[in-house]
Amino acid sequence: MVLQTPEKAGEVYKWEGSVEELKGLVTERAITGETMLLNMGPHHPSTHGVLRLLLELDGEEIVSCLPDVGYLHTGIEKNMEHKTYEKCVTLTDRMDYLAPMSNNLAFCLAVEKLVDLDVPERAQIIRVICMELTRLNSHLVWLGTHALDMGAMSVFLYCFREREIILEMFEMLSGQRMMSSYIRPGGVWRDIPPEFMPALEKFLDYMPGKIDDYEKLLTNNPLWIDRTQGIGIIEPDMAMAWGVSGPSLRGSGVSWDIRKAMPYSGYEQYDFNVPVGEHGDVYDRFYVRVLEMRESVKILGQALKRLTPKGPFRSDNRKFVPPPRSELGQSMEAVIHHFKLWTEGFSAPDEEVFAAIESPRGEIGCYLHGAGDNKPRRVHFKTPSFMHIAALPVMSKGHLIADLVGIIGSVDIVLGDCDR
Amino acid sequence: MGVISSKLGNLGIVTTTLDEAVNWGRTGAMWPLLFGLACCAIEYMSTQASNYDLSRFGMELNRASPRQADLLIVAGRVSRKMAPVIRQLYDQMAAPKWVISMGDCASCSGVYNNYALVQGVDEVIPVDVYVAGCPPRPEQLIHGILTLHEKVRGERIKEWAS
Repeated sequence: MVLQTPEKAGEVYKWEGSVEELKGLVTERAITGETMLLNMGPHHPSTHGVLRLLLELDGEEIVSCLPDVGYLHTGIEKNMEHKTYEKCVTLTDRMDYLAPMSNNLAFCLAVEKLVDLDVPERAQIIRVICMELTRLNSHLVWLGTHALDMGAMSVFLYCFREREIILEMFEMLSGQRMMSSYIRPGGVWRDIPPEFMPALEKFLDYMPGKIDDYEKLLTNNPLWIDRTQGIGIIEPDMAMAWGVSGPSLRGSGVSWDIRKAMPYSGYEQYDFNVPVGEHGDVYDRFYVRVLEMRESVKILGQALKRLTPKGPFRSDNRKFVPPPRSELGQSMEAVIHHFKLWTEGFSAPDEEVFAAIESPRGEIGCYLHGAGDNKPRRVHFKTPSFMHIAALPVMSKGHLIADLVGIIGSVDIVLGDCDR
Repeated sequence: MGVISSKLGNLGIVTTTLDEAVNWGRTGAMWPLLFGLACCAIEYMSTQASNYDLSRFGMELNRASPRQADLLIVAGRVSRKMAPVIRQLYDQMAAPKWVISMGDCASCSGVYNNYALVQGVDEVIPVDVYVAGCPPRPEQLIHGILTLHEKVRGERIKEWAS
């Protein structure tokens, strides 16, 4: 069923397979030609990346939907087996590219669990700030593109205006807008710069009003309600059975948030609510995410209060964390540690660990198997987008093809996260 | 020629070559294909959105159909499964057409030298401008687009016609 690259330009592409190959995947009616098979993607403006869906249609109604993933398979997990633990962090950024820091944290938590490394309190607070900024960042892109798919262009332009402010803050922290690799095993890469805290304060004053603006545009908009309410319903038990997590699961009324259920990075010390939906439709998933953005602003305010301007930002265990630059001129030990870490990296025991965090999309789990030396034997990520794509057939059955665009947007998939 | 006459005042007649007039038109409204692959596509979206406003260069209109597009911006890593699709999209675009390879992955596969990725999209389709960066900032992409404009200004119609 794979298309072959043609030898010269202009050659016609043909699907070499026959419809018989699809037996068991689509209904008998499709084989006899009663219903229509339609290919949606991998190049489609509303599939949020390179997702391909094979749709079986009865008129405009979806009879069955077959997702075909792998158009963005990058071999990241395999590549990690050839890199030291510090270098692996750089690759995790590029999996879920709307929430790079969440991937960093999932991997770093697994490494810290594997080698039993402590993270200082202040570094935990910086991590929480990064996580919540990432959540806002990701939800803004989601809201903009979801609304754009449904025909509301202005929301996209507003969301990206606010997103630029967050990206500027990431740039202050790490020097990169998106692929920051700021979170490292043992803490974070460097201390927060002096201009960061005033920028964050200003942003926290500014953001709630902007969320009000988005709500004014969408929440009570009759067109938006018509297109989203009662569409793409998934029952709580079905959602759990298909492994749906994060805001998409909470939209179905299941109050499950890893920040509350299995707290990490000191999330148990923050006061925040977990918004839960009722009907499990596109609208509830939308509204849960909007409420989550408000909760993120709340958590950021609390974290900012607790953050001291000076203090440790990474562990001082020199076997795993490089010494500060200032020590290199004076201490022979520091030079040795620096040399060892940048040439060989640190070793981890031959054991397996699993760490999970609540990313903007849902639960990101990192399974890490050490090999007794400086490289992992196996890294595997349990990513939310993969599960959400698997649940698409359940959500889209019986709906019109125009609603499918809304359903895809509402589960917030990122194909880099799914295919890796 | 409303724009030129308003700039030149009451000169009445403007003389130019056919090449220059056509290339002026081509650089002024180069419609990109609405096509994104990975991380770079997000930066490409930022470039289109409010802060960087790509419509300053006549590119606000993204066409979802390759038949209506002039420019293919390959934004992201190209997997072996995706390569034939990209080639098909390129073949479906009507000439004159240009390609910008955005980011390290599309240009040379970036940090991934492995089984899954095509080591640079230029193995599959011809590329006019390479933009470095992982992902490139919007400013870098705009620089790439302006570089392409410069290239287009130097083109002759007869080269496309042959």
